[in-house]
This record gives sequence, C-alpha cells and structure tokens, in this order.
Amino acid sequence: MNKFSWYEAKSVEDALQQVNSTVSEELYQHTNKATVFKSGGIDVFDWVKEGLLQPEKIVNIRNIPGLDKIRYDKKEGLSIGANVTLEEIASNPEIKNNYLALHQAVNHASTPQLRNISTLGGNIAQHNRCWYFRSVDHECRRKGGDICFARLSQTGENENHAIIENSSCVSVHASSISTALMAFNASVIIINSEGEKKKVGMDDFFVSPVKDIGMENILQAKELITEIVLPAPTKNTRSAYIKQVARESYDWSLGDVAVVFEISGNTCRTASIVLGAAAPVPYRSIEAQQAIENKVINDKNAVAAAKAAMTVARPLAKNDYKVPLFVASIRQAILEIS
Amino acid sequence: MDTRKEKFPYGIPGHNLSEIEREIPIEEPPVWPVNDKLKVIGKRVTRIDALDKVTGKAKYTSDIKLPGMLYSKMLRSNVPHAVITSIDISKAKSLPGVHAVHLIENTPKDGEENKEGTYPMVKYVGQPLGGVAAESLEIAKDAIELIKVNYEKKPFVIDMEAAMEIGAPIVFDEPITQQEDGGDVGEVHDGSKGQGNVRGPSTSSFFGGPRGDLEKGFAEADVVVERTYRTQVHTHMPLETHGVVVDWQPDIMMVYTSTQNTNNVRNEMASVFNLPKSKVRVVCEFMGGGFGAKHSAGSFGPMAANLAKKTGRPVWLMLDRQEEHIAEGNRPSSIHYLKIGAKNDGTLTGIQQRSHGTAGVALGAGVGRIAQILYSCPNFATEQYDVLTNAGPGAAWRAPGNVQGAFGLEQAIDELAEKLKMDPLKYRDLIDKSEVRKVERQRGAELFDWSRRQPAGSGKGTVKKGLGVGQSTWPRFVTLDSSVEIKIHNDGGVEIRSSVQDIGTGTKTILAQVVAEELGLEVKDVKVNIGDTFFPVGPGSGGSVVTGSITPPTRNAAFEAKTALLKLVAKKWETDSSDLFIEGGQVGHKKDVNLKMAFKEATKLMRTSQISKTASRSDDYGGFQQPWGLAFGDLGSVQFAEVSVNTDTGFVKVDKIVAAHSCGRPLNIGQLESQINGGVIQGVSYALYENRVMDKRTGHMMNANVDQYKVPFSMEIPEIETLIVEEYSALSSTDAYGIGEPANIATAAAIANAVYNAIGVRIYEIPITPSSILKALNKVSQI
Repeated sequence: MNKFSWYEAKSVEDALQQVNSTVSEELYQHTNKATVFKSGGIDVFDWVKEGLLQPEKIVNIRNIPGLDKIRYDKKEGLSIGANVTLEEIASNPEIKNNYLALHQAVNHASTPQLRNISTLGGNIAQHNRCWYFRSVDHECRRKGGDICFARLSQTGENENHAIIENSSCVSVHASSISTALMAFNASVIIINSEGEKKKVGMDDFFVSPVKDIGMENILQAKELITEIVLPAPTKNTRSAYIKQVARESYDWSLGDVAVVFEISGNTCRTASIVLGAAAPVPYRSIEAQQAIENKVINDKNAVAAAKAAMTVARPLAKNDYKVPLFVASIRQAILEIS
Repeated sequence: MDTRKEKFPYGIPGHNLSEIEREIPIEEPPVWPVNDKLKVIGKRVTRIDALDKVTGKAKYTSDIKLPGMLYSKMLRSNVPHAVITSIDISKAKSLPGVHAVHLIENTPKDGEENKEGTYPMVKYVGQPLGGVAAESLEIAKDAIELIKVNYEKKPFVIDMEAAMEIGAPIVFDEPITQQEDGGDVGEVHDGSKGQGNVRGPSTSSFFGGPRGDLEKGFAEADVVVERTYRTQVHTHMPLETHGVVVDWQPDIMMVYTSTQNTNNVRNEMASVFNLPKSKVRVVCEFMGGGFGAKHSAGSFGPMAANLAKKTGRPVWLMLDRQEEHIAEGNRPSSIHYLKIGAKNDGTLTGIQQRSHGTAGVALGAGVGRIAQILYSCPNFATEQYDVLTNAGPGAAWRAPGNVQGAFGLEQAIDELAEKLKMDPLKYRDLIDKSEVRKVERQRGAELFDWSRRQPAGSGKGTVKKGLGVGQSTWPRFVTLDSSVEIKIHNDGGVEIRSSVQDIGTGTKTILAQVVAEELGLEVKDVKVNIGDTFFPVGPGSGGSVVTGSITPPTRNAAFEAKTALLKLVAKKWETDSSDLFIEGGQVGHKKDVNLKMAFKEATKLMRTSQISKTASRSDDYGGFQQPWGLAFGDLGSVQFAEVSVNTDTGFVKVDKIVAAHSCGRPLNIGQLESQINGGVIQGVSYALYENRVMDKRTGHMMNANVDQYKVPFSMEIPEIETLIVEEYSALSSTDAYGIGEPANIATAAAIANAVYNAIGVRIYEIPITPSSILKALNKVSQI
C-alpha cells in the first residue's frame, strides 16, 4: 500500500476542486498522481490495499454535510442522498412500503457491519469483482492490458462472470442494489465542478465495456453523485427482488433480478425487469418485459418471460448454469408480484 | 517388571459394558471407574482460558511485542516455474527504515561450486525467495515491492490431468521425498518411483499391503459398483495465520510461534542453525488453529531467525491471508477410482482402488486407508499416485487422505446398498464389524429419525429433502515420546508443565481436569503451563494423538506426586499412606473419618518447597498393534446429513447433521462438542463451498482471500447434534483419545449421499455447486 495524503472535504465544491481522477481512469492509466474520492471506503480501500490503486491523495467525501438525507413524497417520489448508508435505507419504513424490491436488495447486500459503513453513492459507483481485474498479477483490459483472462476458453475461471453482453470484458457489476434501482427507473443526480447538476437515468449511468473498457459508469473526474432519485410509485406498482448467492450470510450475486410492475388486477400492464450479475452492467431485459406486458401474471407467462430474457444469453465455458439460475429467479420474482 | 492385576471397565455403557482384567505395571495408578462415577472427568467443564480468549487478554504470536523488535515480510515468486537469474535488492536496502534483506540461496556442498545456481529454482507462485526486516510492517512491505527479481521463465503445469500427460512440463527432474508435514500420519510416499510428474504408486499402509485375489473376488460378485470420484484442493484457513517472532539472544534463540508442534519447531530450528536443542526455546501459549498445516518451522521460521541474526534484533514475521492460501499448505485434490463387488447377500468380495492427487510441489496426495480397513473384505488392492504440479505444497489436513477416501468409499457403499435393495444403514450393519459404529448407527438413527427417509428422488416440489449417512474410522495413534511434569508447591499450588501445545481445542483444560480428578481438587486449583519446550517433551497436535498420548502421563505424574504427598501425611498421622485419599481439597483416611487435613496444609509438610514428578507415556495396557504406537481399536464415527436441494436453482442447503462419535473415555463433553462442530462445519464447507481456483494460464490462485475463497458463515452452518458414545478399552490410565480428525472425515460423504437421496442423481465431485446440480438434473442448455 502506498502512502497518500488525506483531504477532508468540507463541501461538494471543495471536494470537486481537489479531485482529478476517477478510480476507473487511474486503474486504467496508472499515473500514480491521482486524487480520488472515498465515501464509505469499502471499494477504494480494497484497491489501495491490493496495491492496484496508488493514489497521491484521497478526498474523504463521507462527511460532506447535506448528502445524508432520505426524503419521500407521495407525488415527488424518493430521494436518497449519496452518503446515506445502506443500513439507513434498509431500515427506512417508507422505502420498505413503497419500494419493496429496493428494500429487499439492500437487505441482501453485503453484511450488517458493512451496511453500516457503505453509502449508496459508493455502492453504485463501485467496481466489479472479477478476480483477474482485482489481481496485481493480471494486466487485464480494464487495467490497460490486452487480454481478458476470464474470457479465455481453455483457462478462464469465469464461473461468476457475465452471460450477456460479454464480448468485451466479461465481469459483472458488483452493485446488486443497482439492479433494483434501475428497475424502479431511478436517476442519479450528478454535480460538476462548475456547480451544474444533471439527472441521468440508471439505464444511461452505467457504461458497457463494449462502449468503453476504461469505465464502468459515466462519472467524470470532476463529477460527484449527490443523490439518487426514484419516481413515486402508483397504487398499482408492485415489485420483487431475488438474489442468488453461494452463501446466504454474505456473498456477491451469482444472479439477481428486480421486477417492478404496474398491474391491473392480475395482469401486468407495464414491466420493468432488470438482471444483476448477468452482464458487465445491470441489464434491463427488454425481451422479458415485452413477454410479460399485458399478460396475466401466472406461472406459464412468468416462465415464458424468464426464457425470453435468456434468449440473449451467451454463456462462457464455466457459467452456463447461470441460464437456468436466471430462468428460475426471474420466474420466482414475477410470481412474487401476484 | 513388577505388575499387578486390576479389573477395568470394558465396552460401551448401555450396550455391552463389562469388565476386563489387565496386568499392568505396579506404578500405574489405580483404575478409574466409568465417567458417571468421576467428579471432573467427562463433565462439561468451561475451558480454563475462555475468558482470556473472549476478552482479548490471550496473547497470540502476532501480539508478541519485544523491545527493539523489527517487522518483516517475505519476498515470494510471482511466476510458477523459473530460474532466477538475478535479484536486485539495492533499492530495498536503501529504503529508510529497512534493517536487513535476506535472500534464500542454494548452499553448495563443501568444496563444490554452486551448480544449481545462486537461488533455488522457482516451482510455484508464492514460493519464498527472501525477506526484509524493517521498523514497521508498512516499510517492510514497501521494501519488498522494491526488490527486482529477474526470471528465466520455464513451462509449467497447473492442471493435474494435464500434468499426467506424456510431454507435460516436468515439475521436478529429480526424485523427491516427502516433506516432513506433507501427508498422512505415519505414511511415506515415495517420490522416486514413477514417470514424469506421476510418482508412486503407494500400495500399502501400516495396515499392510494388498490382500487376497481381486480377480477372484470380482468373479464371485453378483453386483459391482465402479465409479470415479473427484475432490478439490482445499486450503487450511486457520483464523490465525502462520507466523513467528524470533528473539536470538547470545545464549538462546527464543522462538514464539503459532505451532501444532513446539518440539518439532525447536528441533528444526536447532538443526537449521546448528544449535544444540538446549539453546532453542519455542513458546506457543495460545494458538488460533492449524488443521495440520502448522507442524513445522516452515520457511518463515528460519527467515525470521536469519533476519534476527543479521540485525541483532527480535524479528516479527506473520504471514497474511494470501500467503496462507498459496504457500502454507492445502488438502490435495483427488481423482479416485473405486470398484467394489458384493454377493447378493451383501458380502463384500473385492475392493479395488486407484487414485491420483496433487499436493502441488509436494507429495502425500493419497486417499488414505479407509477403503482398506473400514469394512472387512478379503480381496483388496490400492494404487495411490502423487501428481506433481506447479502449485503450492500440500500439508497434512485433518485426517489426511481419508476425507478424500471416505467421499468415494461411502458413496460407493451407498450405491451398492441400493443395488442390493437394502437400506444403507442396514447394509452397514451387515458389513461393518465395529461394535462402536453399530451403537452409533442405532443411537444416531434414532436421534436423526432415519425412518423418515424416502426413496431417492421421490420428493415432490422444487425443493427436495434428502437424508444420507457416512461412516469413518481413524486409528488410535499414540506418541510415546510424551512427557509431563507435575509440581505440587508448598503453598498448595499445583502446576502442569509440558511442551505440548493447545491447538485451540482445549488441551489445557483437559490436563487440568485430569490432575484435578486425581488430586481431589477443582480445575481452578491447577495451573497449566504448556506450549514451552523448556518443559518435558509433549506430542505434536496432529493425528488426533494429543489426548491419548498426554493425558495418561499427566495422570500418572499427578498420581506419583500425590503418593509422595500422602506419604508425608501418613507419617504425621502415623498410618499407612495407602489408606489415605484426597477429596474436595481435603486429605482423608478411609478408616478414620476424624482424620482430615486440608490439601494446602498437607503441602506444608514437604521438606523441600515442591514435589516434582515427571512421567512419560506408558505402553498401552493391552500392547500395541505396531510398537511405535498404533493402538488397538479405532475411533469410529457415523454422521447423518439432512439436505434441501432447490432443483430449479441448484442450491444445496445442509439443514442438519447428526454426528455420532467415539473417543474412548470422553474427558470434557463441551469441548468435544465444539471440536465435533468444527469438524462438521469444515466438512460442510468441503462438500459445498471451498475450492482453490487456479488460473492455468498464469499459475496464480485467483481466490486467495476470504472474500472469494468461500468458507461458510453463520447462515450456511446447519443444525449440528453431537452424540458421544463412551467406549472403554482399558488401554491406559485415562483410556481417553482425541476427536480432531474423526469429526471431519465422513461429513462430505454423508452430504453427497443425502443429495442423491434428495434428487435421485448422484454427484461424484465436490464442491457440489448450483452448476453441478443443474447439470446433473439436465437443466443446463435446455433454453
């Protein structure tokens, strides 16, 4: 671990003046001159401890005032400050009542101890857990190398990896909470050093490695997430979240699903179905959505939607089990709505 | 030799308890009755260091802080196979705060040139190359980063089956012999035979070699099961990593270390540095687990000592979790072929076994003796091969080989029972001659409610329940070189001294119990000072030998000390010391209830300030199977597993394990339960979770951490019920044995059998994952 200086940011403006790189950029470019943000620190410190990230300075944004509020309004919807901890989300009754899938996803993320420290902003901006990406001894494409070790058909250890959109990097995004956020059509509010704010839908927040191998989301160096906002649910909104893990106590997702339906009676009117740990970024399954919309929610239609979702799957050598795993999970999530 | 005859309890209470007369040496203490009639032994005694451990007061190796101490870090290879052409340490040496750099070099024979090159050849990623001592661990780590190693890379092989192929890169050109802590207890694997990377076979054990005529055996068989089973490489993952603090003073080398064998570490350090054993002192006061990987000084011990020598300061060297995974031992993999034949009436007619396993750059990757001895079968042969690969060395791992062996054998027996249309438990009643396992099966089946077991795969719904059983045997090993000193001080204090260490299972507590029972005192009255080579030599904590080896001399020494004390009292009372006894802290007289003296008062009668008696392990009363200490009888176990299998997602959850075990006379029920729980949890983990993932292209372990190397946490741990069967054999003054290895052997097999019972398809490979279940159920690629 290298020595770095520490800066305690007092405000958003203060933080944005200090920072000069995203973690993704630095992992790709290795300048060793980076000043990066740290919120809960779970992800950033892992990189630093492994010797993969050698920042010159770390800017602590954890204590910036004003970013730690949860606000809910029946008409306006939900706003969660970037520094709100996962535990605060997990224990918020309004989130449980109005955004059940998000509540479930947060409760199933990480461990109680880590949920007390992790922040929502940090969670959605964290980096994938591919063990090649996280190894100092493997110069993979996301770190400026020219090999995706996990993809290699003879030697790639890819049992945890992507089955969809895996033609470039085959990692899967580590934030299972994002699966639920995207299903609720959440948006990320981002502020830049000029003080300009923009609102970016979750579907546009994440960047597929097919488009740019050097980043996992659209955040630029001089940008900071201030809040995540979710539209208000209607009285017909229903949601469910399922996560498959090797260990229930604490584990990374092998496949997770969030579904948010607008229903009338037992019929799905509009569907939002998002898969986690299926692709390098949370994956909205248009195929599954189309298959279930305007259909009665029953086992047959749920299975059809689940199978439709998997028509785009192209498993690697060691992860073909994820296809039936997703079929079972999507089906189960849809049936939990009814 | 003077002897006397005594009657001992013999057999299993509630089943066949009787008496047996033994002729024993005159100096042996009188027989202990069964546990029901004892005060401290066999009870639930809280471990004496529990509070120290849970409050953090207990000092483990990494807590040792000495004046002027330096911190060190090891340099390790990051390529799997290479010749080192040069190592540049100049930058590391000049880093402020760095005191010494030490590189591991080949030592040429006297008068010869260093033909092998300056540095040993690199054979695996993580191989130790050197170390740095600095004023802080951070500086030491930075210095390691500054060392430049130049490699001339060579072809390597990681995958065992690839290593077996003709033309595979060769790991060792030369014959090799098994490392000290490489494999099974008492077994030596011969690395000089064989071709290429495949060495062996080993065809015999201390239970003999092949027997009977296999061809004839299979010709007589009406049914045959022939299968190949596969098990993964499993690393040890003790909570406390390997490590050492060496304080090399002018007259003595002090070694504080986390070890299963203080005495062995002392001997190794003395040998490496050419010191007399009397000038090396190894201390291990508390230990955070080892599971077989901590019998030696490793390379870190000599490294810390070399750095201490170079700097003249104490040196601290604890390994981190990654080093632990890649370089400090693992349970070798196995590909295990079994062919078992039986007649229609169930009689076994032949067992043929062939295995290949890889312990990386080490030997010792067999599948044990379990197929040879668990069931009587007239015709048996085994061939166990070691396959060398460019991976970290294996080490003894809780019942070496036998866990892999049981995973195959106990599934094969289940399959055979099914072919014979017999209940698997009833079939074992038929072919298993062990009386203790018979009782374990009866009592276990009742506790587990085996009668609810349904035919395989017959459950309805997505989540299917299954029940299974697995059995095991482990020899009763005794280390005869086990000695204890008991001191009674003239202030009433009692002290136990031995080099034996407490691996964490409660050795200290049972020793205090034994002495308290013998001296009629309470456990709290006895101070246990062990884990120090300045005291009499005790056994290593391996092979489940500790309890059976060290408790008899502990009792014997306490008995001798008591006898000496009672003689003083008898003299004062002008009576015969054989009429005196100690109970509840009071010396009393069998024939005169008015004669009483507090134990503490009695100790004031001593002429010197202490009575000190040392005893070593006597031969077993019934003799040994092998003179070096293979005792008669075994440690028999039966484990029952209940699982739920989600047939849509492939996840297996172990709901319950009933673990029925025997260890002779149980000494401390609470500690036994804890140790069995630990063995079962490791078995669950072996069956479902843990797996060393190696990248075959680069030779690196990809999950060398606690995040991706999956050990179970609270929610993965099933309900565990232990059932301890008392079994008296009249073989020593305590008649007690360990439970370490037995607790871990049968679990994975029982789980695999339960999974089969749930889904009706057998899984021949562990870890059992969603992928393997879904494939077995033909649910993959159906979309």
